[in-house]
Amino acid sequence: MTTTDVRPRGRWVRGVHRTLTGLHPALESVLAAVVGLLVGAVLMYIWGYDPWRAYWALLRGAFGGDYEIASSIARGVPLIFTALTFSICLRAGMFNIGAEGQMYIGAAAAVCVAYFQLPAGLHLFVGILFAAVAGAVWSLGPALLKLTRGVSEVISTIMFNWISRFLVFYLVAFVLVDPRQAQRTVRIPVSARFPILVQGTDLSYAVFMAVAFALLVYVVLWHTAVGYEVRAAGLTPTAARYGGISIKRTMLLSFALGGVAAGLAGAATTMGLPPTFAIISGLPELMNLGFDGMAVAMVGRNHPIGILFAALFFGGLNAGGRVMQFYGSNPVPLEMVRVVMGAIVLAMAIPELIRLFPALAEAGRGLARTIARRKPATEEGA
Amino acid sequence: MNWSYVLDLLRISLHAMVPITLTAVGEIIGETAGLFNIGLEGILLIGAFVGALGAKAGGPVVGLLTGMGVGMAIGLVFSIISAYWKGTQMIAGIGINLFALGFVAFGLIKLGAPGFHAVPAEAQLLKLRTPMGALSPLILVALVVPFLAYWFLKRTRAGLILKAVGENPEAADVAGINVNLTRLLATTFGGALAGLAGAYMSVAWFGSVTKELSAGRGFIALATVVFSGLNPLLALVGGFIFGFFQSLATWIKTLPAKTIPWQFVDMLPYIVTLLVVSGVVGRVRFPKALGVPYKRE
Repeated sequence: MTTTDVRPRGRWVRGVHRTLTGLHPALESVLAAVVGLLVGAVLMYIWGYDPWRAYWALLRGAFGGDYEIASSIARGVPLIFTALTFSICLRAGMFNIGAEGQMYIGAAAAVCVAYFQLPAGLHLFVGILFAAVAGAVWSLGPALLKLTRGVSEVISTIMFNWISRFLVFYLVAFVLVDPRQAQRTVRIPVSARFPILVQGTDLSYAVFMAVAFALLVYVVLWHTAVGYEVRAAGLTPTAARYGGISIKRTMLLSFALGGVAAGLAGAATTMGLPPTFAIISGLPELMNLGFDGMAVAMVGRNHPIGILFAALFFGGLNAGGRVMQFYGSNPVPLEMVRVVMGAIVLAMAIPELIRLFPALAEAGRGLARTIARRKPATEEGA
Repeated sequence: MNWSYVLDLLRISLHAMVPITLTAVGEIIGETAGLFNIGLEGILLIGAFVGALGAKAGGPVVGLLTGMGVGMAIGLVFSIISAYWKGTQMIAGIGINLFALGFVAFGLIKLGAPGFHAVPAEAQLLKLRTPMGALSPLILVALVVPFLAYWFLKRTRAGLILKAVGENPEAADVAGINVNLTRLLATTFGGALAGLAGAYMSVAWFGSVTKELSAGRGFIALATVVFSGLNPLLALVGGFIFGFFQSLATWIKTLPAKTIPWQFVDMLPYIVTLLVVSGVVGRVRFPKALGVPYKRE
C-alpha cells in the first residue's frame, strides 16, 4: 500500500510500482476471499468443527491432483456464464439478479434437443442456440418492465426467478419427463453432448465455450462502439444520454446478452456436466448457480478475465466442498461453501477493504484507551 | 360457495400478511433514511432459523426476541458497511442473502434433518381463539406497527430527521445531524423488524424451518415498499394484498378439484407482485439520496 505515496526511482522500481498499482483490484479480491474464508473458519469453529482440517480437505479436493483440478474447472464453467450475466448488466448500471431463472429456462430449452436427431456437431450447436435464445427471451421480461413501467430490476428479476422455477418444475414433471424415469427429464442424446475433455472427469469441452464467451464479452464491452455505449450508460447515465446514447437500447442489449450468458449456463450444465445429461426433478444440479455467479462476478471485479480466475476459485470451493463433506470423522457440510461465498461478497461490498485494517486497529486502540480511562464503567465497553 | 372456505382464506391471508408488512415497514424506515437493503430475504431466513432455536431453548417469546436480535445484528452489519464504510448497498444485500442461504442450510444439517426442522409444539407461540378461528397474536402487532411507524415518520421530530437524512444528507449534516448514525439506527431497526418477521414464520406460523422458508418474501416486501411509496399504512394494505394472493395459492391447492397443475398455482403470488408493482411505479417518489453513501466533502 505504501507504493502509492512513495515516489519510485529507476525503471525497475517504476515497473514494480505500476504492476502493484494495476494489481490493486486483484489484491482486494484476494483479501476479500481471505476474509470470507476466515469468517467461515470462525463459524466452523463455533459449530464444533476443525476449520483447518476442513480447509485442508477442501484444498486437496479442489487442487490436489489432475482429477481434482479438472473437476474444479468443470464446476467453475457454469459460474463463468452466470457471473457474466451479472457483470454485463452491472457494467450497464443495473443489478440483474435473474441469472438463476434465465439459466433454468436455458437448461429446459437445451433438453428439448432430445426430441429430434441431427448430426453430432450440429445437434450440439442447435442445443446451445436453443438455450441462448431461451435465456435471452426470458431476460426480456424484466428488461421491458423496466423500460416501459420503470419496475426495479431487483424486484422483477427475483419474481421471474420464482416463476421460471415453477415453470421448469412443471416442464420437468409433465412435458420433458422421461417416460421410464419419472424423476428426471429425457436425457440429452450423445450427439448433442459436449465431448469429455479429460477422460474420467466431469470436465467437458464446455469449458472452451465458457472461455470463448468471456473473451467475446470482453471484446464487445471494451473494443466495440456498442460496448462503449453500454459502459458509458452504466457509469454516468445523464452524461451518456447527453452524448446521444440511447439508455433504453443499452439496457435492452445488456439484458439480452446477460440472458444469453445465463441460458448458456443452463446448456453447459445439462449438456456438458456428466453424468446425468438431464434435468433432475427439484433441479439439484442447477439450483443456486445463478446466485453463486454473483459472488464470482464480484470477486472477478466484473471483468470477464477476472471472472475466469474467480470462477476457478469458486469452482474449486464447490469441488473441494464436495470432498470436504465426506472427509474425516466430523465432516463439514457442503453448505459451508455458500456461507463463505456470502461473507466474501459482503467483504467485496466494502470499498478499499484494506484501508479498514489500520482504521479498525486504531478504533480498537481508541476503545481500549476509553475503557482504561474510566475503569469502573466496564459494562459500557461490553 | 361455502362460507367457511372464505373465512379460512381470510384467516390464512392475515397470517401471510404479517411477515410482509413487518418487513416492509422496517424497510420503509430504512429507505426513508436513505439505505436500500435488499438483504431482507436473508434476514427473514436467518431470523426464522435462529428464532426457532431460541424458541426451543426458552419458549416462543424468547424465540421471537432472538429472531429480532439477529435481524438487528445483520441490519447493524449492513448499515456499518453501507453508511460508515460507504459500501455498495446492493452488493452488501446480495452478500447477506447468499450468506443466509448457506448458513441456514448448514444449520439445518447440523440440527439433524437436512432441509427441515420442526419447531416443537410447546415452543410455538399460542394462537388466540377468536370467532374467526385461531389467530396469531402477532397479527395484532402487524396491524399496530404500521400506524406507529406512520405516526413516527409524519408526526415526530425524529421522523423528520430521518427524512432529512434521506432527502438531503448534506443539509442534514450542516444542521448538526449525524447522518451515518441516523442511517445506522434506521436500518438496524428495519433489520430488527425483518428478524421478528422471520422468527414469526417459524415460531408462530409454520412451526417449521426449511431452506426456502422465506420464499421470496423479502423481495415481495421490497415490492410492497414500492407499492406503498414509503407510506407505512399502504404497506399494511400491500402486505394484505400480497398475503392474500399467497394464501389464495395455498388455498387453491387444498381444493378437491385439481384443474390447474400446482406449479402454476405457486407462480400466482409472484405474478401478482409483478403486476402490482408495474401498475404503481412511475407515480412513486423515493428519497433523493436513496442508495447513495454520504461522503462529507
